[in-house]
Amino acid sequence: MREIHVSSIVDAVKKLCMEANYSLEPDMLRAFAGALEKERSPAGRHVLQVLQQNAELARTKKIPYCQDTGFVVCFVDLGQDVHVTGGGLYEAINEGVRQGYQEGYLRASIVRSPFDRVNTGDNTPAVIHLDVVPGGDLRISIMAKGGGCENRSKYKMLTPAEGVEGVKEWILECIRTAGPDACPPLIAGVGVGGTFEQAARLSKKALFRELGAPNPDPTVAAIEREVLDRANRLGIGPQGYGGDTTAFGIHILTYPCHITSLPVAVTIECHAHRHKEAVL
Amino acid sequence: MITIGADGTKEVTPPLSDADAESLKAGDRVRITGVMYTARDAAHARLLPLIDAGKPLPIDVRGQIIYYTRPSPARPGDVVGSIGPTTGGRMDKFTPKLLALGLKATLGKGARSQPVKDALRQHKAVYFGAIGGAGAVLSAFVKKLEVVAYEDLGTEAIRRLEVEGFPAIVVNDCHGGDLYQDGMKAYAREERS
Repeated sequence: MREIHVSSIVDAVKKLCMEANYSLEPDMLRAFAGALEKERSPAGRHVLQVLQQNAELARTKKIPYCQDTGFVVCFVDLGQDVHVTGGGLYEAINEGVRQGYQEGYLRASIVRSPFDRVNTGDNTPAVIHLDVVPGGDLRISIMAKGGGCENRSKYKMLTPAEGVEGVKEWILECIRTAGPDACPPLIAGVGVGGTFEQAARLSKKALFRELGAPNPDPTVAAIEREVLDRANRLGIGPQGYGGDTTAFGIHILTYPCHITSLPVAVTIECHAHRHKEAVL
Repeated sequence: MITIGADGTKEVTPPLSDADAESLKAGDRVRITGVMYTARDAAHARLLPLIDAGKPLPIDVRGQIIYYTRPSPARPGDVVGSIGPTTGGRMDKFTPKLLALGLKATLGKGARSQPVKDALRQHKAVYFGAIGGAGAVLSAFVKKLEVVAYEDLGTEAIRRLEVEGFPAIVVNDCHGGDLYQDGMKAYAREERS
């Protein structure tokens, strides 16, 4: 049994929240550079150049890449040989979010109730997804999930008869209807299969994969490539000003499903794709 | 007032007239200098009952620009934190009434409803887009910021910004032009068979 004290979880989450908001991951920076080489639209190229400057300024001046510093979505892989000591795991994660957002000059964007809409003032609570895994490590992955693109995420229960083609069409429909509102170039995280909530959860988890890395299943990888190509023919372009770069990636995760079901959840993620992870 | 800068970019300085709005076309790059007001969901929700009751608003919107944003907190010594646009469509319900009162422009990101586009034509006004998610870059153009109304709303209070050369693009003009639709048409490609 390996003991991990909550104080190290608080510190790790605090740091992840700040770093995620200031520094985009290298895969995103490569995506900007790659898109600039192919983008035909002058307005689109201009947007991509500004986004590169924005990333550089955010990193060097420690000013958030986007003023919407997001809802913290946290995936935790808890090794079954780990014993968390000194308090609760979830409380520690939320304390890390609290400290990170307050000390990092990050915006508090969470209201305590969807109805009375009073701001909690410190961006807590996070949305936490826990998986128990073999081993003695605690892996914490966080995403600062923007609201504008989240609002364009969608869900559909397809019929098995609609099949693969139905899934492709639905993902494209989500990208088309997200349009300029979701701050393209975007990434679509897609969960296919499982039950209602499992597909939605997978659609978030899929976003943590390195951009451009395909699903290990070649059949799924082929769907990802095809939908990405078709998405980039829609013409929406960077920021919706028209162009060839509407999506940077389509990330699909699948799960076995019921003989009657074909659930498909699509989480829309904007170019402010801010995520970091730590292993304790 | 609108003038043409040396590089062809239109220099926009509120207050704006009908003629100013008419001179702007979808796709025009602009730089805004002077005053803008910030307001988003919560502030708009407070303005609406005042408008409906014919009461005066806490800011005089005639000729002005409303920027849909809520910045992140400023570090000590900075004017403002990250300050990019939020989705304009969430304010669609309120915008035609503000345009009827003489508001000349809104600034945000994302598509507007047909009633807003119709109101832009009717009242001679425009919808500008700023680059969503470029909040760090945009913060450099904000020279001054002060809360002017609804301080109790905290970060959603109405703020008066003084900006210098704030970059934007005309998304919807008052002639029916729509950058999102035109741009998409121009770059949409046939699917591979």
